[in-house]
Amino acid sequence: MHRARTILTDPLVLAALSILVLLGLGEAVSPGFARGDQIVRLLTVSAILGIVAAGQSLVVIGGREGIDLSVGALISLGALLAGNVMSGQDGNILPAILVAGGVTFAIGIVSGLGVTVLRIPPLVMTLGMAGVVQGALIAMSRGTPSGNAAPTLMAFVNRPLVFGLPGILFVWALIALAMWFLLRRTTLGYAIYAMGSNERAAEFTGLPTRRLRTLLYGLSGMFAGIAGVCVIGYTGNSFISVGDQYVLPSIIAVVIGGISLAGGTGNYFGVVLGAIALTILQSVLTTLQLEFWGRQLIFGAVLLALMLLYGRTRQLRV
Amino acid sequence: MSALRDSLRGRVWLVTLAALVTLFLVNLALQPNLLTPNVLKSNLTVFLPLVLVAIGQTYVILGGDIDLSVGSIVALVNVVTVSVIAMTGGETGGILLGIAAGILTGLACGLFNGVLIAILRFQPIVTTFATGIIFGGLALRVLPTAGLPVPAGYWRTYAGNVLGIPTVLWIFVFALLAIAFIARRPFLTHLMATGGLRTAAFQTGLRVGPIRIGAYMLSGLFSAFAALCLTGETASGDPLMGRLLALSSISAVVLGGTALAGGRGSAFGSLLGALVIGMISNVIFFAAIPFEYQTLTTGLITLLALAGGVLVSRR
Repeated sequence: MHRARTILTDPLVLAALSILVLLGLGEAVSPGFARGDQIVRLLTVSAILGIVAAGQSLVVIGGREGIDLSVGALISLGALLAGNVMSGQDGNILPAILVAGGVTFAIGIVSGLGVTVLRIPPLVMTLGMAGVVQGALIAMSRGTPSGNAAPTLMAFVNRPLVFGLPGILFVWALIALAMWFLLRRTTLGYAIYAMGSNERAAEFTGLPTRRLRTLLYGLSGMFAGIAGVCVIGYTGNSFISVGDQYVLPSIIAVVIGGISLAGGTGNYFGVVLGAIALTILQSVLTTLQLEFWGRQLIFGAVLLALMLLYGRTRQLRV
Repeated sequence: MSALRDSLRGRVWLVTLAALVTLFLVNLALQPNLLTPNVLKSNLTVFLPLVLVAIGQTYVILGGDIDLSVGSIVALVNVVTVSVIAMTGGETGGILLGIAAGILTGLACGLFNGVLIAILRFQPIVTTFATGIIFGGLALRVLPTAGLPVPAGYWRTYAGNVLGIPTVLWIFVFALLAIAFIARRPFLTHLMATGGLRTAAFQTGLRVGPIRIGAYMLSGLFSAFAALCLTGETASGDPLMGRLLALSSISAVVLGGTALAGGRGSAFGSLLGALVIGMISNVIFFAAIPFEYQTLTTGLITLLALAGGVLVSRR
């Protein structure tokens, strides 16, 4: 009995179950919801959230109240930069990815330095950085959308590549594999967990925690920038607040995926399932043809229900 | 230098005050008519909602939690108040009933947050984000689109004078008195102990749960006050009101020298922090910075101010 309970409250199992239940619900409400091509569509949308959540996971696992609220602005920045570098030309795709990923990585490093060297709380630092990047976006674009995706990038994100799956899903799978390898098969990964669960102990063992944590914020920025490239590949163009809708969902995907916001625990596979579950939930709510307020109410209530199952904090009474 | 830092410890609001005075002088240089009563009054009218929300947010943060739902509480209180006033006809009694309904709504939202977080042990950031979605959904249920004007009696009183002194100034003074009152209650000491070292506070026998719920209810209450002020300013209902208040209120709290980790800081500092945020946008507006660079400048100054605030207050 106890064992059954442990398995049922395992975040991975729970997220997988939620996905199946939501798919069943969607199919019941609107037949064809769980059809193959529809599922591929849902996965494509989940991939963008999942890539942002990869960076968010690293920052959260790294501990000390790690959180990155600048991912939304950095997604928008990545999309704007990529769109302008590409300007619709296939030959410019690689430079576009390098520029978008490089600039957002550098901005992430600056946030990381603020957190580690100046010891500004991550919530404040990344929130402040989001404001600066948002301002830079307005200054760069002068308020009008600019830049186009190259046709090959759009096909890569939207059209089937191999086995009926678009290329972006393979990229996401590669990222998941890289995250697993980084966190479970390298000393760097173990250093991140060590730092996240007990920073002082990690320092005493000689880990360069400042550099490590700074790097995590850089990686989070880079993942957001790459997600921005995917966004512009998905929609063809971008606007300066296109990334805002991903900020809090990326944190929720991390929490649903079983990573404690206190740091030091969890892995990325849960977050992958969390991102998929969250995307399907939003899609089911759209399919239900409820009024907007009803959708909001159910979305909030489902989040709270998920919190009840496994997002809870430590008990004071031991 | 370290002596200076020592004497500032625990009085970080002095630094915020210095920043506020500097910004005020810059603003005065850029806008010579700043000191006329009408301009001061209109400034206070614009700043007041953030000041009130930031005061409420301070208590939650002092207790070691955070409230991202304040913006949605403001929206919900606004639509509840205008709807109740519209239902009861708009006489003085109806207006008072609407105000009472709004305040109760704010307190109920705070109670809901507090019970989820302090009793059911939900994670504060994600939970108040989720409850914010719920409160926002309810606001759209009560009033689907912006509109439904409040009677002239409401906004004329808010924009006018009571006993020869502008209503907004009365509200500001009452906010200061409320801060001073709460600062003298044992509640604040208990709250700061809870935020500083929760386990220790629990082990000394403090009722940590009810204390944290109290902080969330204060946040709901001050959000309700802010909503009533915004209702007086816009004179109508808007279910999307207050969207950015959650993040600006947290900035104001940090600018005022309150530690996000909890346990240290003051609501008075947050009040100054909120005024600083207001003055920053004033100065940028009057400094004739090209429109497309205004957000960037605001962002940079805010980030610098936040970094400065943290550097001065850290131990």
